[in-house]
Amino acid sequence: MKTPGILAIALVVVLIPLPLLVHSDFWLHFAIMTLYFGLLGQSWNLLGGYGGQRSFGHAAFFGTGAYAAAVLQVDLGVNPWACLLVAGLFGAAAGALVGALSFRYGLRGSYFALVTLAFAEVFRIVADSVPFTGAGVGFQIPLRQTAANFQFHEKAGFYAVILVLTALATALAWWIENSRFGAELVAVRENEDAARALGIDVNRTKLWAIVLSGGLSGFAGSFYAQYFLYLDPRIAYGVEVSVTALLVPLIGGVGTVLGPLVGAVALRALNEVSGVITGDAPGLNLVLYGALLIGILAFLPDGLVSLGARLRGTRPLGKLGHA
Amino acid sequence: MLEVTEVTKRFGGLTAVAEASLQAREGEITALIGPNGAGKTTLFGIIAGFIPADRGSVRFRGDEILGVAPHMLARRGLVRTFQIVQPFAGLSVRENIAVGCQLRKASRSAALRHAAEIARRVGMSELIDRPVGALTIAGRKRLELARALATGPRLLLLDEVMAGLNPAEIAEMLPLIRSIRESGVTLLMTEHVMQAVMSLAERVYVLNDGRVIAEGRPAEIVADARVVEAYLGHGAAERLSRHHGGRGAHA
Repeated sequence: MKTPGILAIALVVVLIPLPLLVHSDFWLHFAIMTLYFGLLGQSWNLLGGYGGQRSFGHAAFFGTGAYAAAVLQVDLGVNPWACLLVAGLFGAAAGALVGALSFRYGLRGSYFALVTLAFAEVFRIVADSVPFTGAGVGFQIPLRQTAANFQFHEKAGFYAVILVLTALATALAWWIENSRFGAELVAVRENEDAARALGIDVNRTKLWAIVLSGGLSGFAGSFYAQYFLYLDPRIAYGVEVSVTALLVPLIGGVGTVLGPLVGAVALRALNEVSGVITGDAPGLNLVLYGALLIGILAFLPDGLVSLGARLRGTRPLGKLGHA
Repeated sequence: MLEVTEVTKRFGGLTAVAEASLQAREGEITALIGPNGAGKTTLFGIIAGFIPADRGSVRFRGDEILGVAPHMLARRGLVRTFQIVQPFAGLSVRENIAVGCQLRKASRSAALRHAAEIARRVGMSELIDRPVGALTIAGRKRLELARALATGPRLLLLDEVMAGLNPAEIAEMLPLIRSIRESGVTLLMTEHVMQAVMSLAERVYVLNDGRVIAEGRPAEIVADARVVEAYLGHGAAERLSRHHGGRGAHA
């Protein structure tokens, strides 16, 4: 069956009615965090999967969106729902900044990864030293649980929001696979010179990809801020967000529509299991993430979504990046 | 269609192209030949906007195009292929060609449909859903051509499309290139395979050490002493004519 069909059925049968079926806060939290990981992963996937520009610093976009949403609503009294949109714009703008600078100078591969990492670190240090982020003390969004305030008494409210955002991101990935822009983006990933010779504006294509990717990460940042109501520079701009963003699609399947969703489920499940095994010892879940990643790269370099094809003995064509 | 005037390109102390001039006339096949290292590929790179020139002028349909980015030239209808094939390795033949189609078609499905048509035109219909990695050299060369053709060019620059092909594959390629010209596309090609140059080109330019040393119809070119010397070394033309003369005496 075609991907949109699978997704539409999953959406209608399982995902939309989920809060009616599941009343446990534990499982709703699990679903929310899985979708949130899916959003982050899909954001990375647009740029790294389809565009082949593998970022190690998606926190730069995530954190910028998160702080924009938090600071604007608390200090300037902007409506938090408007802040969600503005956070997307701020994430996209951060993407445009990083992209314009690094693509302009032709940075590719590990150089691009390093520069994005550097940007995230610079943003973290800046957030640590300017007053309006609350610096090292952190930034708290006051608790006012009304829907108009983008805070919900029930988890179902957050679930609905993240479901919409992740569905949007997934629709974007599907659009990329079926549009001229996507064809151009994949061509750029595969061979920049050949793309150029066929009339593709390589830098512009990459720039749009990082803008879209940054925008989605900005949404993720804003959602995080509303859900946890607390930010500090290490949460917003730390390595953990960047690693999550790339780990999710790498495990699920880079450059595929479903990969980030599958990867998000796998990672969140592993996270819960590791909590049980290690007794919530901090950091040990990361060890398990690492082990899973090594296993995937060694035995399933095209990610979990390629498992079915692998078992049937066929190899899916195209769409796949080179690990 | 294309007018190259006194183009010069230096890489450090090496002059790769020295005041080279040539013309490609509308509807014709023009060949650029010369020994290895003569500067053919560099000159191609300059014309297609991939390499900046130090001096000179390149006019395409009357407009100066030196300094115009390659993707802008492709949009205007000047498209090149690469001597070392540059496929989109992770994609199928159809997807590769569709990237070219996409230049003139906004819709993805229209591009994929058109790709099938182009594949048929270059004789790749049976390979259309293969991954590029499964193609032979001849297949990849053909794909390179198909992709460029898919952009709907006015002027096609073919950089050694015959290199690495066996005689049977060359024989298959010749009518394909002729049919491209018949469809109204002007061609400028670099080529080592003289059989191809002789049977295809209306006009030939010979490049040696970055300079155009001869130009003319194919038959004139092969009789030109300077050309023979460029390929076979100093004095070769004289030795050859003496040798031929000797044989004539025996007969």
